[in-house]
Amino acid sequence: MTLDKLPIGSAGIITAVGGEGALRCRLLDMGLIPRTKVKVVKTAPLGDPVEIRLRDYELTIRLADAALIEISPVTDNNKDSAGGTAE
Amino acid sequence: MIFALVGNQNSGKTTLFNQLTGSNQHVGNFPGVTVDSKSGFIRGYRDVEVVDLPGIYSIRAYSNEETVTRDFILNEKPDGIINIVDATNIERNLYLTLQLIELRIPMVLALNMMDEVRSNGGTVDIEMMSERLGIPVVPISAAKNEGIDELIRVAYETASKREIPKIYDFCSPGPIHRCIHAICHVIEDHAQSADIPLRFAASKLIEGDDADIISRLDLDKNELELIDHSIVEMEKEHGLDRNAALADMRYSFIESVCRGAVVKARESKEHLRSEKIDRVLTNKYAAIPIFFGVMLLIFYLTFNVIGKFLQDLLQSGIDAFSAVTDTALTTFGTNEIAKSLVIDGLFAGVGSVLSFLPIIVVLFFFLSVLEDTGYMARIAFVMDKALRKIGLSGRSIVPMLIGFGCTVPAVMATRTLSSDRDRKMTILLTPFMSCSAKIPIYAVFSAALFPDFAALVMIGLYIFGILVGVLAALLMNHSMYRGNPVPFVMELPNYRFPSAKTVAMLLWDKAKDFLTRAFTIIFFATLMIWFFSTFDIRMNPVESQQESILASIGALIAPIFTPLGFGDWRVSTSLITGFIAKESVISTLGILTSEPGGVTNAIAQLFTARSGLSFLVFTLLYTPCVAAVSAICRELKSKLKGIGVAVFQCVTAWIFAFIVYHIAGLIIG
Repeated sequence: MTLDKLPIGSAGIITAVGGEGALRCRLLDMGLIPRTKVKVVKTAPLGDPVEIRLRDYELTIRLADAALIEISPVTDNNKDSAGGTAE
Repeated sequence: MIFALVGNQNSGKTTLFNQLTGSNQHVGNFPGVTVDSKSGFIRGYRDVEVVDLPGIYSIRAYSNEETVTRDFILNEKPDGIINIVDATNIERNLYLTLQLIELRIPMVLALNMMDEVRSNGGTVDIEMMSERLGIPVVPISAAKNEGIDELIRVAYETASKREIPKIYDFCSPGPIHRCIHAICHVIEDHAQSADIPLRFAASKLIEGDDADIISRLDLDKNELELIDHSIVEMEKEHGLDRNAALADMRYSFIESVCRGAVVKARESKEHLRSEKIDRVLTNKYAAIPIFFGVMLLIFYLTFNVIGKFLQDLLQSGIDAFSAVTDTALTTFGTNEIAKSLVIDGLFAGVGSVLSFLPIIVVLFFFLSVLEDTGYMARIAFVMDKALRKIGLSGRSIVPMLIGFGCTVPAVMATRTLSSDRDRKMTILLTPFMSCSAKIPIYAVFSAALFPDFAALVMIGLYIFGILVGVLAALLMNHSMYRGNPVPFVMELPNYRFPSAKTVAMLLWDKAKDFLTRAFTIIFFATLMIWFFSTFDIRMNPVESQQESILASIGALIAPIFTPLGFGDWRVSTSLITGFIAKESVISTLGILTSEPGGVTNAIAQLFTARSGLSFLVFTLLYTPCVAAVSAICRELKSKLKGIGVAVFQCVTAWIFAFIVYHIAGLIIG
């Protein structure tokens, strides 16, 4: 599935990052790379963009861009574990 | 000796810069871009300069901020780099560090916000990190001014000894390692003769985003093919494509640096606090009302309370001084013309420049609090969807809203937008937001011509301005600024208390910036108007304004407005004075018509409902006042472009007034 489909409060591991050019490089530079764990924190009041947490910080991306990121969902037992790469 | 200060946005870079230099700063210029850099001498070191480069996350060739940083380091060759890293967000911050290390310049890592890490129970083994990264690491807290002296000492020493970073191989054995080294082998001579650091050149060849660097390497077709072949091989073996593979390599290295050296805090107080605040400020239902509430409050305090109070105080000071001077000059028997020059020219000029100052200072006080607390990023998050439709991102909403108060600070406020393209577009759109100085024009005209629909006309004009702005934005999206808007992938930093020093420095900067730039141009414009309205074309002082040069110029350009329904010389003259200050339109009309029933009566005589409507649309859209134009010139870093904006506005105004005049003709008859 893709990151935009992930329900609020749940987490996933990135498996692939799509897109191209400046956008894709920006995503990669910000640490959205395969094997990274991300968690969806909330949606903006107008329904877009979303706030996500990864590598111990918060990032906001638009749904259309989140749709470029493939993830596999994980069950999030540890409340604040969205940091670093999944081992 | 010159240092470059480089770091991510929100890493505390500006705070550190202020701590390093104190008040000893000046603004530098980069040609062709609206990106600013400041430089200053380090306290206590007369010959050590530090340049504050734009906050960036990576060295790519996609934004002006990034190329400015790249060019400064590659071309100006600073003696050292001070890389500031937010210790509470260390992994992502170190990503830029690895790219900087590739540039082979003596470098020191300033690990900021260490106080926050420690107070949450986290630790960083400084020695271990320093060894693993191959550069000195100094823990600091820029906000609390801790560790700054040590940072300066280490930076000075590293640069004096020309200590190049000891490590620059971030790849572990494997396909990416083989690929990078193969490329290095091919391009070694080219990189040397082009004076580009070898590893950096190899990275850019793999990433392929920087055509400029690649062409400077001057590789022939065979070499390029060879390089591409080894990249394709690597992609096959690695399973990730070139860009993802390189990012993966960097983050893997960062994880290996942090493993054992960084003990993360289990729970951060600052983060918990931010979550709580965000439950309210970005709440699904409350967020947008709160945002408009905050903006209204800022407006109210700036334009009605604090700014207004200071403005009145300043005005009464100038008035009193002007009155005293007037009496003194009269007693002394000074020539009438000379007296008029002092009172109506000089004092009026100084007065009109200074009248903006309180508003700018007060407004920027609030804006810098919004920015430094982290709320500005939330505004962008909340409002993004609404602004995306016109090709902008959420951040642009703030300058545009300020435009309803005054265009001058609104244009100055675009400086904080993180992309050059958004900044330029927002500057062009802001004048369409009807500024508060135009309210008297709308009020008097409505009262004279549409007494029953005054409120409706007023609201209609505001909405019309916004619509034309949206139209202009869509047009720009499809012409000038077509193509790639900067991606909206934005960090939401934890909320923090703004530092008083940073806010004070910003206010000082904005006030100084406005005064130095605006004084000459506004002052000159006021004197010109004084001259034109005091003399006639034969240089004789005039009895009444109707014989002045100004009136002659008004009569000359009046025919331009005939198709709009108001080709009267008195109206065109008042539009000219409106360029100095919008309020003057009404007072000039009053003086020139000298109708016994006052200006309202005069307007009823001069205009029909139809031509009045067309005139209101014209004043809504035509050139912003001289202070705003000077601010636009400043922010676009080009006098020509600033004047271009003014001309563009006039043409737009003419076209829309023409349309409105003729549509109104069909309806009203």
